[in-house]
Amino acid sequence: MGRIVLEQITKSFGSTQVIPPLDLTIEDGEFTVFVGPSGCGKSTLLRLIAGLEDVSSGRITIDGQDATELAPAKRGLAMVFQSYALYPHMTVRKNIAFPLRMAKMGPAEIEKRVNNAASVLNLTDYLDRRPGQLSGGQRQRVAIGRAIVREPSAFLFDEPLSNLDAALRVGMRLEISELHKRLTTTMIYVTHDQVEAMTMADKIVVLRAGHIEQVGSPLELYKNPRNKFVAGFIGSPKMNFLEGDEAKRHNAHSIGVRPEHIEVSDSKGDWTGVVGVSEHLGSDTFFHIHDTGLAETITVRAGGEVGFRHGDRVHLTPRSDVIHKFDAQGLRI
Amino acid sequence: MATQQSRTLARYMMAPAVILLLGWMLVPLTMTLFFSFKKYLPLRGDSLENGLEWVGFQNFVRFISSSAFWPSVSTTMIMVGGVLIITVVLGVFLAILLDQPLWGQGPLRILVIAPFFVMPTVTALVWKNMFLDPVNGLFAHLWKFFGLSPVEWLVDYSLGSIIMIVSWQWLPFATLILITAIQSLDSEQLEAAEMDGASAFHRFIHIVLPHLSRAITIVILIQTIFLLSIFAEIFVTTGGAFGTKTLTYLIFQRVIDSQNIGLGSAGGVYAIILANIVAIFLMRIVGKNLDR
Ligand SMILES: Nc1ncnc2c1ncn2[C@@H]1O[C@H](COP(=O)(O)OP(=O)(O)OP(=O)(O)O)[C@@H](O)[C@H]1O
Ligand SMILES: [Mg+2]
Repeated sequence: MGRIVLEQITKSFGSTQVIPPLDLTIEDGEFTVFVGPSGCGKSTLLRLIAGLEDVSSGRITIDGQDATELAPAKRGLAMVFQSYALYPHMTVRKNIAFPLRMAKMGPAEIEKRVNNAASVLNLTDYLDRRPGQLSGGQRQRVAIGRAIVREPSAFLFDEPLSNLDAALRVGMRLEISELHKRLTTTMIYVTHDQVEAMTMADKIVVLRAGHIEQVGSPLELYKNPRNKFVAGFIGSPKMNFLEGDEAKRHNAHSIGVRPEHIEVSDSKGDWTGVVGVSEHLGSDTFFHIHDTGLAETITVRAGGEVGFRHGDRVHLTPRSDVIHKFDAQGLRI
Repeated sequence: MATQQSRTLARYMMAPAVILLLGWMLVPLTMTLFFSFKKYLPLRGDSLENGLEWVGFQNFVRFISSSAFWPSVSTTMIMVGGVLIITVVLGVFLAILLDQPLWGQGPLRILVIAPFFVMPTVTALVWKNMFLDPVNGLFAHLWKFFGLSPVEWLVDYSLGSIIMIVSWQWLPFATLILITAIQSLDSEQLEAAEMDGASAFHRFIHIVLPHLSRAITIVILIQTIFLLSIFAEIFVTTGGAFGTKTLTYLIFQRVIDSQNIGLGSAGGVYAIILANIVAIFLMRIVGKNLDR
C-alpha cells in the first residue's frame, strides 16, 4: 500500500514561497518521477512528503490517513539520500539493520531480513565492511538496502544516482527499475536527468518554480507536451523552437520540431542551412545546422552513417504530422 | 612526501625543530634524574660547586614511603578523572546546545569561551573570594537566603570545589573542540536516522556520540596532560590542605617547603612514571578512536 495524496500543499522559507499551492496524487505501486531544473523545489517537495520539512499549509494523506502532522518515522516511508547518508561508524550489516533495531525487532528476524536484502542487492560479501571501504555504487546499494528492509509503503529517492559515473548510473537505473517491478511498492524519484525520468517512470511530474507544469506518462509528455517548457524539457536533444513566418504558416506563435522528426538531405527539402558541429554517436549523428534563417541553430538527428561535413549545405524537411504549435503564452494549441 | 628526495629534504627541514625540542626536554629531564640520586639540601650547605653526595635510591625510597605519597596519587587521579568527566559531559551538552540556531549565538559562544582566557591563579582567586567564601561569597548569600547555614566549601568539600574550579576553566576548551566536531556532522545522517525511526535519544547515542568520539578522545588526551600538573588552583585555594595535595603539589612542598631538591626530584621521576602509566591506559581505552 502506498497511495499518497497532496492537497493544496504550500511551503515557504521565511517570506519566499518555494511551493505554491500544489495538488498531486500518487497511486499505489506507481513509479513517479519528479523532474525539473535545479532549484525548482523537487527536493523540498520530497522532504515535505517524507516529513523532514513541515508544510506551511495543506494536507498530506498517506493510504487514506492524514499524515500532515505525523513524524517522519511514523509515515512508513523510506528515503534514499543523494549523499547516501550511511552511518560511517557502523558496518554495512549494522547500517542495514539500524531501522529494524529502532523498530525493536527480534535479532533472528533482523538477521533474516538483512541477509535477504544483502542477497537481493549483491552485498553479501561486504556485510562486515564500513561504508568508507565501499565504492560509490556499493554505498548506493547499502542505502537502498537500508530502505527496503523496513518494507515501507513507499520509497523516496532524492537524486540517488547523481554521484555515480555514467556506466554505473545506467546499471543502477536498471537495478532500481527491477527492484520496483519485484516489490511493486510506490516509488517517488527525484532527478534532473530527463533520461532517467523517461526510462524509469510510470508517471512523470514536471516542475518549474514549485508549479506542476504537467503530469503524465513519459510517452504522453513526449507526444503531447502541454506547453513549451515541458516540450523543451522532455526529449534529448532538445526540441527546436521556431518563431516568425514559419510559425505563422502554421497559425501559431511558435512551433516546435524534435530533432528526430527532421529529415536531412543534400538535394531537396523545405529549409536549407549549413552544417556546423556534428556529433557522431555511432548509432546516431546529431547535426547542428546554421544559417537556416529560422532560428540560430536547428538540431537534427540522422542515422549513424549519414556523413555530412562541416560547411556542407543541406536541406531539411520536418515531418508535418508531429509539429507542435504553441500560442503566445507558450501553451500548446 | 613520496619521493626519496622529498623525504631527505623533510628530514633536514625538521632537524632544527627536533633538536631544539629534544634539548628543551632532555636537559631538565637529565638534571632531574641527576638530582634524584643526590643528597641536595641547599639550606644545609649542599651546592653543586662543593659536589653532591651520591645516595643511590634513598630519595626514591623516602618519597614513596612517606605517608603523603599514596594519598597524593589518588587525589591526583580523582581530580583528573573528575574534571575529565565533568568537562566532557557538559562539553557535549553545551556543544549541542550552541549548535542550535539561537538568538545571539555569536556573543553567546564568545561568553562560553571566555573562562579559558582567565589565568588559573585569577580563576582560583575569583572562585575563592567571590563564590566559595563562607562569609562574603555568592553561595554563602544564596544559602543564607534559603535560611541555611553557609557551607565552608574549601574546608568541607575542598577536593570537589577544586574540581569544580578547574572544570569551569577547562569546559570552554572541551566545548570549543566538540562544537567544531558537531558542526561537521552531516545533517542528512540525522535525517536518515530520523526516518529510520530513531528517537532524539537514539540519534544522540547512535549517530552524534560516535561522530564525536574522536574529538572526545582528543579532549581527554590534551586535558589529561595539563590536568596532571595542576598547581595554581590548589596553591591559591587550599594550599594543599584538606586532602587536596596532588603529586605535583607534594613535589612542590618537598622542594620549596622542605628545601629538599633531591627528594623533590625523585618525586618528579615518579610523576613522569605516573603520567606514562596514565598515558598508556588512556591510549588503550580511547586511543583506537584516533585510528579511524
Ligand atoms: N532551508 C531552506 N531555506 C531557505 N530556502 C530554501 C531551503 N531549502 C531550499 N530552499 C530554496 O527552495 C528552492 C527549492 O530548493 P530545492 O532544494 O527543493 O531544489 P531542487 O529542485 O531540489 O534543486 P536541485 O536539482 O538543485 O537539487 C530553492 O530556491 C532553494 O534556494
Ligand atoms: Mg535537490
